[in-house]
Amino acid sequence: MSFMPYVAPEQLMKDRSDYAHKGIARGRSVIGLEYADGLLFIAENPSVTLHKISEIYDRIAFAGVGKYSEFEELRIAGIRLADLRGYQYGREDVKARDLANAYSQALSAIFTQQMKPYEVEVLVGEVDGEAGGTGIYHILFDGSVSDEHGCVAIGGQSEDLMDALRDRFQEGWDLTTAIRTAVQVLGTTPETREIPAEQIEGAVLDRTKPQRRKFRRLGPDEVASALA
Amino acid sequence: MSDDLQLPLAGTPFGASPSFVELLRAEHPGALPIADDRPPFGAAHGTTVLGLKFADGVLMAGDRRATAGNLIADPKMRKVFEADDFSAIAIAGAAGQAEELVKLFQLELEHYEKITGDRLSLEGKANRLAQMIRSNLPMAMQGLVVVPLFGGYDERRGEGRIFYYDATGGRWEEDDFQTTGSGGAPAKNSLKKRWRPGLARDEALRVAVEALIDAAEDDSATGGPDPVRGIWPIAVAVTAEGAADVPEDQVVAAVEAVVAERSAR
Repeated sequence: MSFMPYVAPEQLMKDRSDYAHKGIARGRSVIGLEYADGLLFIAENPSVTLHKISEIYDRIAFAGVGKYSEFEELRIAGIRLADLRGYQYGREDVKARDLANAYSQALSAIFTQQMKPYEVEVLVGEVDGEAGGTGIYHILFDGSVSDEHGCVAIGGQSEDLMDALRDRFQEGWDLTTAIRTAVQVLGTTPETREIPAEQIEGAVLDRTKPQRRKFRRLGPDEVASALA
Repeated sequence: MSDDLQLPLAGTPFGASPSFVELLRAEHPGALPIADDRPPFGAAHGTTVLGLKFADGVLMAGDRRATAGNLIADPKMRKVFEADDFSAIAIAGAAGQAEELVKLFQLELEHYEKITGDRLSLEGKANRLAQMIRSNLPMAMQGLVVVPLFGGYDERRGEGRIFYYDATGGRWEEDDFQTTGSGGAPAKNSLKKRWRPGLARDEALRVAVEALIDAAEDDSATGGPDPVRGIWPIAVAVTAEGAADVPEDQVVAAVEAVVAERSAR
């Protein structure tokens, strides 16, 4: 008869957490920050079609790091939740906080109940939501969630990036300054380098956009001219 | 509704379906308008809408009247809508059904675009609409018929295209113009005389407005422009720049031009 050796719960959680951390550390990072007209997300991403950043709803965007298949699944689930709720109730009833809670519940359940935890961290950003201004929720692989103010970095070297970002961040930047600074910060770890514009994926939630859907991807020219 | 994201999160075992209608049918079938089978007592009906090609794309326009039997249910109903950034849908028929169909169709296109990261081709949008009308067939048998016109700018071909449908989901493409609804016949006759290929935008608007006025003259269920209450036809133009409402002052100017010409006769 086979039996499982006793493993202390602390050890079990620590092992899972280490596993998830290692997985996330292999991937590249994403930065989210407020600028004058809304929220900017910047990621280092060599692929132009496999996105780390995308639209969830009118005023809500999503960014994920870690294992692509896992955060892609979370992204699609988020769009489904948002569209269903917006159809059944009203478009303004779709809130980033509800999405953040749903992600937190799902990730927490996976972390404790599945064979392996998801190796992901996600951001849910919103402009002009309940809080009035902008809101960014940061959800970790174990379901812990925090709401961030001003700027946030997620992914492999997030702590170093966060330090670099906090030193430079100022409120009320225009878009060009925000893009340039975010790209510079991404280029500070693991070694200082210059990231070419075509390896940058960027998107904004722009509250000045006249359309209902505030999400907009930054074109390669837009990024290149901001970095020039 | 449940706040938990069901696992497996993406739903289908291989690849996520980008269809919002299928998602709704699976998760909340009761919220689907087409699952409903109430008898059509006193249901409001929308009347005349039309679509025509012009030099830069397509123009869709409609009157504002909704009728229930011989009563006017709503003098200000909107029947022409942007479906997404590059297409528009105009509806005639049972008003409640039609508005729900439009809302669902708009979401279907948006949902697809967000899930896949790509807009559907115009052909794809037109086909999807046909399927959605077909699933409304049991309602059509009870007299709740929804017959839309669909027009859009085909980004791959670089031209405007118009599709029209019948209640069974049949789909045809039009080369020039099409009308539907109770005043469709007089409106179409009017367009036959005045439409020509390569109309400029303001000419197209005038031709469209004139057709709606002709329809209102011959069909009691079609509402003409009402300067007293400020009720004017609604028009949406779809070009390479996108789909947008024609500003009301331009519609008013087109109506006034038609009226001035007719009173001078």
